Amino acid sequence: MTADPVIETRGVGMRFQGFTALKDVNVRIQPGILTSIIGPNGAGKSTFFNILSGALRPSDGRVLFQGNDITGTSPHQFAHIGIAKSFQITNLFPNFTALENVRIGLQAHVSRYGLWRRRALLQGLTEEAMALLDTVGLADCAQRPARELAHGQQRALEIAVALAARPRLLLMDEPTAGMSPEETRVMMDLIRKLVGERTVVLVEHKMKMVMSISERLVVLHHGELIAEGTPDDIRGNEMVRRVYLGQGQH
Amino acid sequence: MTTTIKAAAPPIEIGTRHPARRALRAIAKHRIAATFVVLAVFPWLMPYQSLAINILIYGLYAVGFNLLFGYTGLLSFGHAAFLGVGAYTAGILIAQHGTAWWLAIPLAIVAGCVVALAMGLLAIRTRGIYFAMVTLALSQCVYFLIYQLPASGGENGLRGVNVSEVSLLGLKLDLLNPMQKYYFVFAFVMVAMAVLSRILASPFGGAIEAVRENEARARACGFDVERTKLLSFVLSAGFCALAGALNAIHLSSVPIETLHYATSGMVVMLCLLGGMGTYFGPFVGAALLLLIQDTASAWTEHWQLYVGIVFIFFVLFFPKGVWGTLLERLNHDR
Repeated sequence: MTADPVIETRGVGMRFQGFTALKDVNVRIQPGILTSIIGPNGAGKSTFFNILSGALRPSDGRVLFQGNDITGTSPHQFAHIGIAKSFQITNLFPNFTALENVRIGLQAHVSRYGLWRRRALLQGLTEEAMALLDTVGLADCAQRPARELAHGQQRALEIAVALAARPRLLLMDEPTAGMSPEETRVMMDLIRKLVGERTVVLVEHKMKMVMSISERLVVLHHGELIAEGTPDDIRGNEMVRRVYLGQGQH
Repeated sequence: MTTTIKAAAPPIEIGTRHPARRALRAIAKHRIAATFVVLAVFPWLMPYQSLAINILIYGLYAVGFNLLFGYTGLLSFGHAAFLGVGAYTAGILIAQHGTAWWLAIPLAIVAGCVVALAMGLLAIRTRGIYFAMVTLALSQCVYFLIYQLPASGGENGLRGVNVSEVSLLGLKLDLLNPMQKYYFVFAFVMVAMAVLSRILASPFGGAIEAVRENEARARACGFDVERTKLLSFVLSAGFCALAGALNAIHLSSVPIETLHYATSGMVVMLCLLGGMGTYFGPFVGAALLLLIQDTASAWTEHWQLYVGIVFIFFVLFFPKGVWGTLLERLNHDR
């Protein structure tokens, strides 16, 4: 609680044509740990995630990253200030190889409009891309087009592409969506490995998984923050229990 | 040509060491040299040189369009504007101001890029069909502006773009001789193809392909998608304007039809026919279409009907264009 937050929202609200998706959300995400944002369907998790990742600009309030106001910063800038995300639906460059997917992510931080140099000669990108593929366990698939990879592998590649931005904050939208139990286990191990060097924020839906790997939880319901704390705090929270009982277990 | 096509038949039977595939790798590696060789002998294979020049110029026009359409994934329906602005700029400068060709041509490219920048700033935030419609509408504005311009000659087009002789570094070319005129155009086309090759291999070349593949992901990676598209739009227009300027010199005139929306539609056809997103495909498309047009128009008034039928045949059976499909067959893993 004492450390300076990596990212912080102050009074963040979001309205879509009269419908209030988020109302006065104040959250401080602590550095170097894994925080999960949970809540039943329609709680505003995705909206909140999109605000943190810059895809949406909040109607009210401010977002601070490492103490700087980043409200309204254009989406492509987020990768440059140190915030990367993996999407809920696999979102890759389907016809690029796995290696090219990561390499282009790295290239975005070196050269974006260079017209004359050869991109193949940019120093060290291929090596770094291979190292990232190795981190997520895809070194063997480097030369295969992304579209040919299995679902779990695509999700892992998605994370490698996000890591190519060398983020201090990694945001993940339901990283285990649609995965088999085996793939989920592999992904959870990977996520654990990623925490520490950087701050990780997950949006999740599967309570059991979240409880086992998160250090802190943020619970949203009907667009409002209803609880925040360690998994044990949350488990004991009367309000959270009521919200989830009403919904049935996910 | 035919032998390679036969050798290519089903992709599965070809091993990685198959000579056709190896040859293709070598060609892809030296694509500028390969283009040079093919286009250098090209006029000797054509029934007459003027047709070869047309193919070269429309090929270049399609190359420019392909940078935006095939590599960046944006379908513009207004590229006639850039061909036309290039043609009229070079034409007016040469015919009415006595500007030298070596100055008129670069100025035409600049003019094309400036018009593209203005159009792009308005159009680039729209997507898909809306982008196509906005570019179409804006190119119609360019059409009427130039039509009204006294210097353009309006309905009758621009006449008197006469460049009969060019000399550079002691080399003299007589442009009244079709073969020499071909090599004059060829020199510009080769410079353009070398520049294009550099662009495609550059970091920016990677960025446009990333935008084509997945805009949201490219943005999340840190690419400014709108700016990348805008730059691609402007560069693409530059190539088209060069094609326009060369066409003005080739025809000694600029017909107003250059700016017509049918010319915008034609370039889409050339790209689809040849193979969008391939380096050499636009020339294949231009050669096919103009050859068919030339042959069909020689024996029937209704040649457009036959061109249409042939076009439909190719789109159905060569979904990636003639060149694109051939490449895919030869080189299964891209």
